[in-house]
Amino acid sequence: MDVSVTVNGTTYARDVEPRKLLIHFLRDDLDLTGSHIGCDTGNCGACSVLVDGVLVKCCMLLAVQANGASIETVEGISENGELTPLQQSFNEHHALQCGYCTPGMLMSATALLRENPSPSEDEIKKALQGNICRCTGYWNIVEAVKAVGK
Amino acid sequence: MLLREVEYAKPGSVTEALELLAANDGARALAGGQTLINVMKARAASPDMLVDLNGLRELKGIELAGDGTLTIGAMTTYTEIMRSAEAKARPILGEVCATIADVQVRNRGTIGGNVCSNDPTNHLPPLMVAVGATMTVLGAGGTREVPAEEFFLGVYMTAAGPGELLTKISIPAGKKDGFAAVTLGAEGTCIANAAATVNGSVRVALGCVDAVPVVVTADSPDGVADAVRAAGLEPPSDVHASAEYRLHLATVVATRAAEEAASR
Repeated sequence: MDVSVTVNGTTYARDVEPRKLLIHFLRDDLDLTGSHIGCDTGNCGACSVLVDGVLVKCCMLLAVQANGASIETVEGISENGELTPLQQSFNEHHALQCGYCTPGMLMSATALLRENPSPSEDEIKKALQGNICRCTGYWNIVEAVKAVGK
Repeated sequence: MLLREVEYAKPGSVTEALELLAANDGARALAGGQTLINVMKARAASPDMLVDLNGLRELKGIELAGDGTLTIGAMTTYTEIMRSAEAKARPILGEVCATIADVQVRNRGTIGGNVCSNDPTNHLPPLMVAVGATMTVLGAGGTREVPAEEFFLGVYMTAAGPGELLTKISIPAGKKDGFAAVTLGAEGTCIANAAATVNGSVRVALGCVDAVPVVVTADSPDGVADAVRAAGLEPPSDVHASAEYRLHLATVVATRAAEEAASR
């Protein structure tokens, strides 16, 4: 099926099998490998992206369902190669260890901060509930988000 | 995971969706996909065609009537229910939706998908039974109104049969509701859950203990645990809880839900 999506401001038109998950489309067809596949069961959140501004896990969405949508991935959140304040805060707070969950954490935190620029610690934890860090570095991740929110 | 080959259709209306479902034996409606896509990965379901209901405005939205009755479109997401001013007419709805999975799942998952999948560990089937919801099912033969108590027929089975769609859910006004669950992790897989309403007496719908929600009634929250024990339940045993332990949890969550309902 013909699918046209805008990812981080660039429009891509591709012929896509209906069975292809959006995460595979992003990674394999568009070579946008920033979004990760962690569990492929909808639990870990490493594949979190924004579709028309809504945070989703794109291993539970078909690429054809995104036809016409505007998608934001971790590759698109910084501008002109500069880290966003959130990314800078992750750096300063050592909010990543192996880094595998980081793209999903950044997208979930980005979605949170857009809606709620000054989230409480509890709100941050709730917002990141769908993102699992198997290094269990949650403390520093929450601290990093909290520091940007102030 | 690469899914088995599947056709995809995006109907422009509910009528067209019904035609597609009726014309294709192996077709299944795709709601939020937060369950279906995963069971397709596991090959636990292998539909030949997905009829995507996303984008059908007829199935979206929350309306509040003058008498307080809420009508919620089947494709309304958990997040939309949580944020809806109208849905506050029955506060328990948004409160329970807020305990389902996580932000991402709540942004996609729908009330209709939750009840139509009728996983016995889902929160919304017992909640719909407790609040006395009415399900509107549309098929080739027209529209049927099905009380929630008659909607859930078995594990993964509901009164919305092949070629039919749940289009909306009506819920009467009310505030004296409660809900309690024991889950793995804060908001993970459910071991036992219960929804309660108080309207003179206490009415509790139990999840996780049978294929469909089980209703027990009592004069007051104090009598709920005995009512659960007297219900002759034979809950399943699994890796998370033995039948005996699950039955114990059922008395606990039923009592908690009833106490919450009575306190409002």
